[in-house]
Amino acid sequence: MNTKLIFTIAKSLLVARWRQTLVAAIGVTFSIAMFITLLGFMTGLNDLLDGLILNRTPHIKLYNELKATPNQPIAISDKFKNHYNFIHSVKPSGTRAEIYNYGAIIDALKNDKRVFGVAPKLVAQVFYNVGAIDVTGVINGIDVEAENKLFYFQDYVTAGKFIDLKNTPNSIILGKGLADKMLANIGDVVQVTTPKGDRIQLKVVGLFQSGLQDFDKTQSYASLTTAQKLLGKPSNYVTDIQIKLTDMTLAPLVGKEYAKVFNLDAEDIQTANSQFETGSSVRSIISYAVGITLLVVAGFGIYNILNMMIYEKMDSIAILKATGFSGNDVNIIFISIALTIGFFGGLAGLISGFGLSVVIDNVPFNTAALPTIKTYPINYNPKFYVIGIIFSLITTYFAGLFPARKASKIDPVVIIRGK
Amino acid sequence: MSIVLQAKGISKNFHDPITIQVLKDVSFEINRGEFVSVIGKSGCGKSTLLYILSTMDTDYEGDLLIDGVPMRNKKEGELALVRNEKIGFVFQFHYLLNEFSVLRNVMLPGLKLGKYSEQEVEHRAMEKLRILGIDNEAHKMANQLSGGQKQRVAIARALINDPLIIMGDEPTGNLDKKNSQIVFDIFNELAHEFKQTLLIVTHDNEFAQSTDRIIEMEDGRIIRM
Repeated sequence: MNTKLIFTIAKSLLVARWRQTLVAAIGVTFSIAMFITLLGFMTGLNDLLDGLILNRTPHIKLYNELKATPNQPIAISDKFKNHYNFIHSVKPSGTRAEIYNYGAIIDALKNDKRVFGVAPKLVAQVFYNVGAIDVTGVINGIDVEAENKLFYFQDYVTAGKFIDLKNTPNSIILGKGLADKMLANIGDVVQVTTPKGDRIQLKVVGLFQSGLQDFDKTQSYASLTTAQKLLGKPSNYVTDIQIKLTDMTLAPLVGKEYAKVFNLDAEDIQTANSQFETGSSVRSIISYAVGITLLVVAGFGIYNILNMMIYEKMDSIAILKATGFSGNDVNIIFISIALTIGFFGGLAGLISGFGLSVVIDNVPFNTAALPTIKTYPINYNPKFYVIGIIFSLITTYFAGLFPARKASKIDPVVIIRGK
Repeated sequence: MSIVLQAKGISKNFHDPITIQVLKDVSFEINRGEFVSVIGKSGCGKSTLLYILSTMDTDYEGDLLIDGVPMRNKKEGELALVRNEKIGFVFQFHYLLNEFSVLRNVMLPGLKLGKYSEQEVEHRAMEKLRILGIDNEAHKMANQLSGGQKQRVAIARALINDPLIIMGDEPTGNLDKKNSQIVFDIFNELAHEFKQTLLIVTHDNEFAQSTDRIIEMEDGRIIRM
């Protein structure tokens, strides 16, 4: 009964000053809308940029590093056991680039519950022949389906179909930059020379754009068998095993474990791309800081308006107290006014923030670097909306706290006798 | 006859800018059903006394008993409850809330008390307005009434919880002769027909003459009662 009465009084005060109320609410609406839009846009952009690297980088890469053995023969020999040995100019020899018994390793990995997927890869250095000129480059031999499942290969193939790489023998998908350099198009046949001097002709079935121009100028993709044929290697010749885990954060730990178990070198994504995580978190912090600043400004607006309302309503507060409303009742009246402004302003802010996000989401955004992106990226994570409404309630509560306390402390005698 | 309000040796000092004693050892009693007026020159402390008796001013020495209960050491919230339940106020200015209708203004203290349901409070409020002859204006907004009508609404508001005592601080001070007379007649009617206890501070001697009892003050002391 009492609460209901107090809310009716709060409501009447709000409605009586509806213009001021509206201005205060618009302040909250504006800041929450900006907060939502900013975070959605920033995070969308973050996800996009992270995806650029993270989506196509394996969480763990297993390979054979080209290096000299740490156990040189002289160190193993019994004869020189009691001597100090100095060896100059040590060179690696007989290192195998390929991964020994890769089929068995892949089977073992597929049985590991932490592993989301595995894709073998063969990296071959080649020369692309453009008339009389040779362009150095790399052909990546891939398991087309596995590559697509793990690294969204089809997203980067801007012309042609990625699956043709598997279906057409001796086919190649060229980087866009490389294709421009070679004046090659889909259906054309290009010639490449292997480091051993063999020449081979490949049919272009597609073009890809990775978003990294330098990458597109040198790289191209062929199926695993085509690449093996190109190098004259048997069908068990694979240089890299790419692994995606279900939980990316485990990569350094699991990588070390695999390196030990399979006697290979392992590189995890955190070590390879540590700069990206830093960039993402800094951008998020900036978005939150701007959003909170906007809210605090809106909070000061509410504070001012409530203060003014209290000065205007001195008489009403005095008579309420004279007729039996306690300081606490008056306090609740003004706090609930502030929270009402915060709640409805915040709600309108969420809606307009969502609207603004949708608008940005539909603004065309074409860049050569990002072939799959047609509009600006937006993240609609509900987390931001929850944070937004909680923030708006908290700031308006604090904005109302001091004016409300002031109102509750008004001495009716001073007001009434002052008349 | 039972005692409604009892003041025992009430003194009060103002400290700003220098200490002045405005009330000096004031003691008196008011019995149920009495119509009492307090008169005195400006600055004699009669209003100050009224605000102490009303429990709104708590900065005093001495003791105040309302309905036999001492008011000293009561918390702010408890005093608010006492004012709500036992005291009705009529000030020089009407202090109606412009955001509410006349009826709603009268109902507010009743709703706050929560003794009756909302319908009942509304019914009672209409009854009070009828006694004061302004039930036709019940659904108008408070700021649409004339000054005299507003003061009558304020009296209805003071009556809503059937208070033990009604206190008035120059209730006719802002009104013209005709409206003053109306308000005065209402007080008389309340006192004699409804046996309502009334304590009215006034400087209108004519008004005071027709009350049951006059308390005259001078320089913070009661000189006649």
